[in-house]
Amino acid sequence: MNVTVHRGTTASRIAAVFFLVALVVLATLPSWAEPSLQRKMVELMTFVALAQMWNLLAGFGGVVSVGQQAFVGLGAYSMIFFVNVHGLGLYRSVPLAALVAAMFSIPIGFVAFRLRGSYFAIGTWVLAEVCNKVIQLQSSLGAGNGASIKVTGWDAAERQDATYWFALVAGAGAVLIAYLVLRSKLGLQMQAIRDNEGGASGLGANVYRTRFIIWIVAVFWTGLAGAVFYTSQLRVQPKESFSVVGWTAPIIFMVVIGGLGTIEGPIIGAVLFYVLRDRFQENQTVYLIAMGVAAVVVALVLQRGLWGTLRRRLNIDLFPVRRRLETKSDA
Amino acid sequence: MVWINAIIQGVLVGGLYALFATGLSLAFGVMRFVNLAHGDMAILAAFFALSISDSLDLNPLLTLIIVVPGAFGFGFVLQRVIFDRVVGVDPAFQIVATFGLGIVIQNALLEKYTADTQGLNVGALETSTIKINDKIAVGWMPLITLLTAIAVLGALAVMIKRTKMGRAFRATSDDFDAARLMGIDVRRVFAHAMGMAVGTVALAGVLVGVRGSFSPFSGPENLIYAFEAVIIGGLGSLWGTLAGGITLGVAQAIGAQIDPSYNQLAGHLVFLAVLVTRPTGMFGKVQAR
Repeated sequence: MNVTVHRGTTASRIAAVFFLVALVVLATLPSWAEPSLQRKMVELMTFVALAQMWNLLAGFGGVVSVGQQAFVGLGAYSMIFFVNVHGLGLYRSVPLAALVAAMFSIPIGFVAFRLRGSYFAIGTWVLAEVCNKVIQLQSSLGAGNGASIKVTGWDAAERQDATYWFALVAGAGAVLIAYLVLRSKLGLQMQAIRDNEGGASGLGANVYRTRFIIWIVAVFWTGLAGAVFYTSQLRVQPKESFSVVGWTAPIIFMVVIGGLGTIEGPIIGAVLFYVLRDRFQENQTVYLIAMGVAAVVVALVLQRGLWGTLRRRLNIDLFPVRRRLETKSDA
Repeated sequence: MVWINAIIQGVLVGGLYALFATGLSLAFGVMRFVNLAHGDMAILAAFFALSISDSLDLNPLLTLIIVVPGAFGFGFVLQRVIFDRVVGVDPAFQIVATFGLGIVIQNALLEKYTADTQGLNVGALETSTIKINDKIAVGWMPLITLLTAIAVLGALAVMIKRTKMGRAFRATSDDFDAARLMGIDVRRVFAHAMGMAVGTVALAGVLVGVRGSFSPFSGPENLIYAFEAVIIGGLGSLWGTLAGGITLGVAQAIGAQIDPSYNQLAGHLVFLAVLVTRPTGMFGKVQAR
């Protein structure tokens, strides 16, 4: 009997072609879509990026943060700092802002990783609050009122298009990062630690180091997505950019409903979230209640989420990050 | 003299934080469960107290006779119906279920009561003070709050140390499986622990409503204070929780004395300092897991 290990499947190869085509179609979107759709897509892409990064931490790394808004806010504020205080270009500031967020992730992670499980979650929440309060003391960044981004040399339509492409890079890039991390040795260690910390560490995985590296990666991209999103807003307010209800709550709902611990789940969750939100436009409160109830129900009885359940039924992987064993008998 | 006053007021507020933290500490101690909707439940209780006192024309403090047992029952049922499913599984689902519940409570309150800030009016008691000298006066209500916190913590400590249920709490806390093998109905223990957690936090929520104002979105702030008090005091120690709450209250009061915008930040900084230098807290026995 021959046993072969492989990851790709027919479904994943078809999906790869499909994703490439979708990417090309999305890249040309500014030339054929309504500006209103384009603006919505910026937000959707931002949330795909944020959800993917939260899922990388929570779904694959077992590190559940409720403080992602810290890095959205830090990304946004770093961007505005470079643009307003240092006179840098709007889009040149985006990668720098992501770097600043990643730098902040080190001291924040140092404190937060002293806590574990649910306490880590609340700890990140407190740290996000600290970031929020400290930003509110910075008068050069508009203190409690927030600040407008001083954009020069861009006309509105050009800027909308550039923001859209940046958002597309953020969203697609997040999927690619998750995919590459999960196929790497680091990703394998991370998942082993999630499944059995003692066992993984006994086999040589460095628990603290692995988690910290993933943390920095996820924060870097979260900060990037935050900065990109605010290039479309032109105004940053601390209450809004550091809001747990505005950022982390939807992120968690998307990932859990879509399927925690899958790459497809956050994408499906984010799209679903946006389609439904448009339907509920006149009543956001009822919408949030419905999403909250859905997340609770999924957490209680359908822990694999939509994609995880479907995947189990159909045994397909669109992103081949799992190793599959195939046996062929020689007879 | 203003500093002494700040410290005294901080100690008084600290009692309230300790009361908030008690339930969080208890649920974690007994079943390693952290309820991210803890603060929202307090605010839910405050709104209930508001509605009851309005419709029956009752002093909000008298509504505690209804609200606290109601909250105990709510916590008991909640544990049985919902939370039991996420005890001992991947903590991600515990966090999502309780966090989602919190968002649901916040938005349901927003839908029913609007985003306006509310307050609970207890009449003359609210403004009456004990004058110590020209600069320092201790309000009756904050004093009653602190004494209530001490009484609740004392009662819980006695319950845990002396009663049969308390022994079951300790056994379950030490070793869940062994406790079950010894014939302890752990689900009943869990339900009681959550009932007490929600009952105490409901009491705290009503007292917060009397002390100041609250809105549907005040829950997370109170969860954060409760959490900070637990970590500063140290996990697994009820009296540590009181010390943690008071430390937090004093830190905030001193911060506010320096500059009003440093109020919460000062509390957060003390919390971070404790977490970095002494992760087990002031009186803790175990590290946060």
